[in-house]
Amino acid sequence: MNYYDILFYLFAIITLASAWFVVTTRNVIYSAFFLLFTFFGVAGIYVLLAADFIAVVQIMVYVGGILILLLFGVMLTNKITNVDIKSGTANLLSASLLTGVLMGALVSVMIFTDWKVEPAEIQTTTIKTLGTMLLTDYVLFFELLGILLLIALIGAASIARREKE
Amino acid sequence: MLQVGLTHFLVVSAILFSLGVYGIVTRKNAVMVLMGIELVLNAANINFVAFSRFSGFGLGGQMTALFVIVLAAAEAAIALAIVLNIYKQFTNVNIDEIDHLKD
Amino acid sequence: MSESLIINLSVAILFLPLLGFTVVVLLGKRFPKLYLFEVGIISIAFILSLIVMFAKLSYYPNNIVAQFTWITMGSAPSAGSFNIDLGISIDNITVMMLFVVNLISLLVHLFSIEYMHGDKRYTRYFSYLGIFTFSMLGIVLTNNLLMMYIFWELVGLSSYLLIGFWFEKKSAADASKKAFIVNRIGDIGMFIGILILFANYQTFTFDAIYAQIEAGNMPFGDSAWLTAAGILIFLGAVGKSAQFPLHVWLPDAMEGPTPVSALIHAATMVAAGVYLVTRIFVMLTADAMLTIAVVGAFTSFVAATIALTQNDIKKVLAYSTVSQLGYMVMSLGVGAYAFAFFHLVTHAFFKACMFLGSGSVIHAMHHEQDIRNMGGLKKKMPITYYTFLISTLAISGVPLTSGFLSKDGILAGTLAFGKLTGHWLIPLMAFTVAGMTAFYMFRLVLLTFHGEPRDHHKYDHAHESPKLMVAPLVILAALSVFIWYTPNPIAADSGWVLSSWIKTPTQVVPNETRFDFMKPDAAFETNSGQHAESHGTITHSTLYTETMHWAHYKAMFASLAVAGLGILLAFAFYFWKKLNADKLAEKIKPLYNFSLNKWYLDEVYDATAVNGTLNSGKGFSWFDQKIVDGAVNGSAYVTRVVSKISGWFDTYVVDGFVNFTALLSGFVGLLFRKLQTGKVQTYVAFVVFAVIVLLLLFKPF
Repeated sequence: MNYYDILFYLFAIITLASAWFVVTTRNVIYSAFFLLFTFFGVAGIYVLLAADFIAVVQIMVYVGGILILLLFGVMLTNKITNVDIKSGTANLLSASLLTGVLMGALVSVMIFTDWKVEPAEIQTTTIKTLGTMLLTDYVLFFELLGILLLIALIGAASIARREKE
Repeated sequence: MLQVGLTHFLVVSAILFSLGVYGIVTRKNAVMVLMGIELVLNAANINFVAFSRFSGFGLGGQMTALFVIVLAAAEAAIALAIVLNIYKQFTNVNIDEIDHLKD
Repeated sequence: MSESLIINLSVAILFLPLLGFTVVVLLGKRFPKLYLFEVGIISIAFILSLIVMFAKLSYYPNNIVAQFTWITMGSAPSAGSFNIDLGISIDNITVMMLFVVNLISLLVHLFSIEYMHGDKRYTRYFSYLGIFTFSMLGIVLTNNLLMMYIFWELVGLSSYLLIGFWFEKKSAADASKKAFIVNRIGDIGMFIGILILFANYQTFTFDAIYAQIEAGNMPFGDSAWLTAAGILIFLGAVGKSAQFPLHVWLPDAMEGPTPVSALIHAATMVAAGVYLVTRIFVMLTADAMLTIAVVGAFTSFVAATIALTQNDIKKVLAYSTVSQLGYMVMSLGVGAYAFAFFHLVTHAFFKACMFLGSGSVIHAMHHEQDIRNMGGLKKKMPITYYTFLISTLAISGVPLTSGFLSKDGILAGTLAFGKLTGHWLIPLMAFTVAGMTAFYMFRLVLLTFHGEPRDHHKYDHAHESPKLMVAPLVILAALSVFIWYTPNPIAADSGWVLSSWIKTPTQVVPNETRFDFMKPDAAFETNSGQHAESHGTITHSTLYTETMHWAHYKAMFASLAVAGLGILLAFAFYFWKKLNADKLAEKIKPLYNFSLNKWYLDEVYDATAVNGTLNSGKGFSWFDQKIVDGAVNGSAYVTRVVSKISGWFDTYVVDGFVNFTALLSGFVGLLFRKLQTGKVQTYVAFVVFAVIVLLLLFKPF
């Protein structure tokens, strides 16, 4: 067990435990806060995978953007009297059975498949390479995503503003 | 225990994915369902980055992960707009009660 | 003044109108006074362009180029790696265009303050003028075909917006659509031409493309492709500069507000086509140039004959614009590059003056546009009359005006071309058009301003326009006098514009694809080149220079003669009433109608392009009804016979089976209906279930 392994298990446990709470807690606000820890854990895993830029983007976009958006969603769709906003659950038994089987199947696929491992050379920073790739090989996708974001922005605004007839 | 390698990351991602699906299937609140979807996307992203690190494809996997994050942001915005609209229409966001598609 | 300052100022000139547009279009509704901001912005741009023009013309004989790499493309396997550069290039022609565009834009802004007063989309109108000025300046400044194309489409857009400015009127909405669609047809050609060049040279920059052509690098290895590229790019100019056969949109575009017609559809945007051809001039082969010359000559002829009989004051001016644009294009085609651009500048001033003058008249007559209802306005509107008269003299080619200088140069160019290549039809058409131009322009002036008023009610209410509308007229009329261009009113060559400002560039196409007279002297064996250097304007060959000299006075006298004849005829018809125009029209009724109905071109297009589409639809419908339905009916008959036979079989054997199946499927349906819950989560669960089944089925582990 070296530091790398310890860190990995630490982050894996943070991620999975908080994800577990996200999907089981009945309180919506708690759920959102556990999601925060999940995102941080995943960001830690990215760092261990030598993807520093993705980790930063993960924190900025997911924590800074999407999570805030979700919190707004929670608050705008409930009559807020206290933080104790409950969310009901349905088909608990059948769902846990189903996802349990799914998890078993997926995990066994992951473990028993003979992956071709060929470690890539680790760069001290990936930002420069990623930036160059974004504006060369991936420039079309990059521009398209820009347009997509614009459309999403306009679409979201127009959908949310629509008045009830 | 084994030296931490590709398989470990993939297993974490598989478990995260299953938890996300569990969240999607069981929660009634539409916003909570969205949280489940975010978990699923994160699981997929871990896979991309892990393969990018261990399988000699270069940084293409990281690039894809980046694009997935962008798409997730767009998706969250649109989905929440729709949820707000549903809330206006039905004054609740419990998706098991919104089943007009059946009729 | 340093080069970088000139570049920075030019970029500022380019983006100032965009700033104006953005601010006014976003905040215009809240602050109706913002149109003054737009006018102020254009004033600043105009002053800057004046500074840039004088700095460039006085101190920098060479081109100033500034560019940066916009996109670094990854290396494609077949093409190698390449970049897409954006940038601006400032030469003498650029700065003169900057000045012309900004000046006319400014004057039109001022004119519009009064003319458009009280319109319900007043600020919106000024913001459109801003986006137009921005895109036009982009065309002028760019150093590459890509930006040229982008801004080209932007002026198309602003033209569309402004023609359809009063979109509540159906004719205006139709006209804007027509302009947009007809322009697209030309732009497709331009786009293909650009792609031919880009596919071969991996760059959009003019200079880089020309350098490769000069090095003997032909597109796809054949100079025929170079000709094709030249003609295809010229097709863009055919659309935008309203050349035959795509000229039909420009007269309809007069549905827009009159100041817009002056700015866009007379002075600047329609000249963009001519400007584009001057930019690609050096890569035109002899075949391409001949095509351009013929298109231009034919256009100017067609438009002039139509203008003879039109009765709407703006329609006459519109066809006269088409005709003059044809002149410029023809002039480029025959190699008289300098005169073409010179005519572009002079025409911009006097035609803008005429359009604004007609705007002033229309304003005074309460939106009456038919010249048969005008007359005698000279007394009521003296300033409008005199400025209109000066620009009419200029377009007719009367000495002491700017139009005389440029037109005479073009005519001399065509004459020299005719002598050198034997294409005498082009000079013939050019001189005929010169006579007709003089005739219809004076017909317009005499009917509008002289004689007895024909509509007394409107005449009594007519009045001179306010100062803000008259001032632009005076400035533009002043610019139609020779003194700004040359000190010698009969020789344009001796002036500063032609001798030092406009320099004809050297062709880069291979010698064997040039006209003989455009080969440099080394390739063309003549005795001595002593004249070639003495005149900076004509750099093709000694022979050409000599022929231009030969043509100069001949062309001048001939053009004076035909213009005089045209003016005389106009006076005889409409002033002295010695001849009766109506009787003449009666005598040559078919010809008259042919001209009055614009050569029936709109009808031809309706019958071919528009109805062709409709008719092919009808044809398909007929095919459906007769052939397909016939086949269907025939088979129906056969089926009926067969079905009678099988009828009894059905009733007894099959029905029994069917009824049983129906019962069964009804039962199964009831069962499966339970699954269709309408709940998304149930569906997700099904998907997960299916994934698990697939996983177990394929057993990848």
